[in-house]
Amino acid sequence: MSDPSPLLAGVKILALVAGIMTGAAYFVLLERRMAAWVQDRRGPNRVGIPLTKIRLFGLGQPLADGLKMILKEEYTPGHVNRRLFLLAPIVIMAAALAIFAVIPFGSSLPPIPALGIDEPIDLIVAPQVDVGLLYVFALSSVAVYGVILGGWASNNKYSFLGGLRSSAQMIAYELPLGLGILGIVLAGSSLGLNDIIDRQAASGVWFLMAQPLGFVVFLIAAFAEAARLPFDLPEAEQELIGGYHTEYAGIKLVLFLTAEFIHMITASFLITILFLGGWHFWGLTGSPDAEITWPLALIRIVVLNTKIFCVILFFMLARWTWPRFRFDQLMTLAWKVMLPLGIVNLVSVAILREILHPTHLGGSLGSGGSLFLECLIGWAVAIGSWAFVAWIGPLVADNRPRLDIHPREVDPQI
Amino acid sequence: MKEDDPNIKWVEEPKLGLTGRMYLPLIAGGLTTTIKHLVSPKVTVSYPDEEPEIGNKLIYRGVHRLNRDEQGRVKCVACFLCATACPAHCIDIIGIESPWEDREKYPESFTIDELRCIYCGMCEEACPVDAIELTSLYNLTGRSREEMIFDKEKLLSVYDATKDSEPMQSVTQEGST
Repeated sequence: MSDPSPLLAGVKILALVAGIMTGAAYFVLLERRMAAWVQDRRGPNRVGIPLTKIRLFGLGQPLADGLKMILKEEYTPGHVNRRLFLLAPIVIMAAALAIFAVIPFGSSLPPIPALGIDEPIDLIVAPQVDVGLLYVFALSSVAVYGVILGGWASNNKYSFLGGLRSSAQMIAYELPLGLGILGIVLAGSSLGLNDIIDRQAASGVWFLMAQPLGFVVFLIAAFAEAARLPFDLPEAEQELIGGYHTEYAGIKLVLFLTAEFIHMITASFLITILFLGGWHFWGLTGSPDAEITWPLALIRIVVLNTKIFCVILFFMLARWTWPRFRFDQLMTLAWKVMLPLGIVNLVSVAILREILHPTHLGGSLGSGGSLFLECLIGWAVAIGSWAFVAWIGPLVADNRPRLDIHPREVDPQI
Repeated sequence: MKEDDPNIKWVEEPKLGLTGRMYLPLIAGGLTTTIKHLVSPKVTVSYPDEEPEIGNKLIYRGVHRLNRDEQGRVKCVACFLCATACPAHCIDIIGIESPWEDREKYPESFTIDELRCIYCGMCEEACPVDAIELTSLYNLTGRSREEMIFDKEKLLSVYDATKDSEPMQSVTQEGST
């Protein structure tokens, strides 16, 4: 454990916030380019280094976007509740950034004697917090406050509708999200994200392989929590103009939009850490107990960030693949499909933990055998329950009118 | 129209099979389409860097030109048919008695307000002597509104600039009858 010196924590916070904000700005550019490519366009590729003609594939675009938004008139409509209106973007942004206090962004750095640091530096702002996942959950719930406050304070029916939709959606999908995490907590025997990564790195089996059902439930719930398509009902432009941020302009709007992107980055971090092994990759990153060296530390950071990047790419691809759900379909999916699937996953994991405990069957199988059995049963449960759901009530939302309830209507005027 | 009208054909959508209900094949199909488009060639033309390709220059409707006959005179006979046909009223002609033997009138002044023009090509269709034509020049810019009002000399110079790449559409027809 590293020395919790305030200076070191300050440096970490600075690096993390700078990294996240820059990352969010460039992910906006990536999102726009991906959107263009999927639609057979080229996307923003003109802005390069300012005051020169160098274009750099549009890498100067985030700077131009930011400047434009900052220099815009920051208009506050007269009919809003001014205090709450100001508070909402602050709440949502603060909550989005504060989550990163317990999320590791690498494993650790070796000691740097030249700076008087003679213990390995954990790459996490608050390394000794044992309730990391609880903290993440608490803060992601606070983010809903920002949305509701924004919608309420705007005093506008579209904003209010967006805020209410958002709150209903977030509350509904927090249950499957929690159930997906509970399976991991049971298997990892810890709430700390570092311990969960260590667990996966030690066994070499990512929780994706052991709990595929939990992964699917968590992935879908994470999409909904980040309000990404196909779950972007809080801000469905075609229906709500802009949703809860309709009345916002200038830098306050930027805070909302950036917070949304940070939610996506947080979701990618959590998916990677909980299910995709964090910084672990077979044959590259060594065992979690190994002495940390500079190359090892860098490889681990690169592996973690590559995984996160791939998850974000998937987020962006998914945006252009699925159409938005209708609200009733959204709720059906949450309460009738995701919640039961999450419970099935949790129960199966709990039973497996009990059976495979070293004092029971696990002792006679050995660690390799019980891991294999765990994965096998995990996949069997996932495929079985998925097929069962498909059989009794398809995940595919059927939009066709129920002819047995509503007979066909033909306009007699025609 | 009643529900049992024989003109209405009611179509039943096919029921989803188990693979469709499993949703995963549909996801795979959707993602395949997305990725296919992600890497497919793009249709955007990066305009100032590359020029768009104009399919048939002779039917493209860009800047106007006033054609010349073989002796280099303006072909127009100041019949006002183009100005009458113009839905945007952007053509202004002053016709006076022609100094030449083969026609009665010719335009002393012929101006087109290119900002007012909607590039419909009606003038080209109305012209009985094929004097006015639309070229394939699309990048028309100017620094003032006055600059965008093209007079006879400018329209003739457009002809001089484009006559090689876009031949007159009916060279055989003489300027007057």
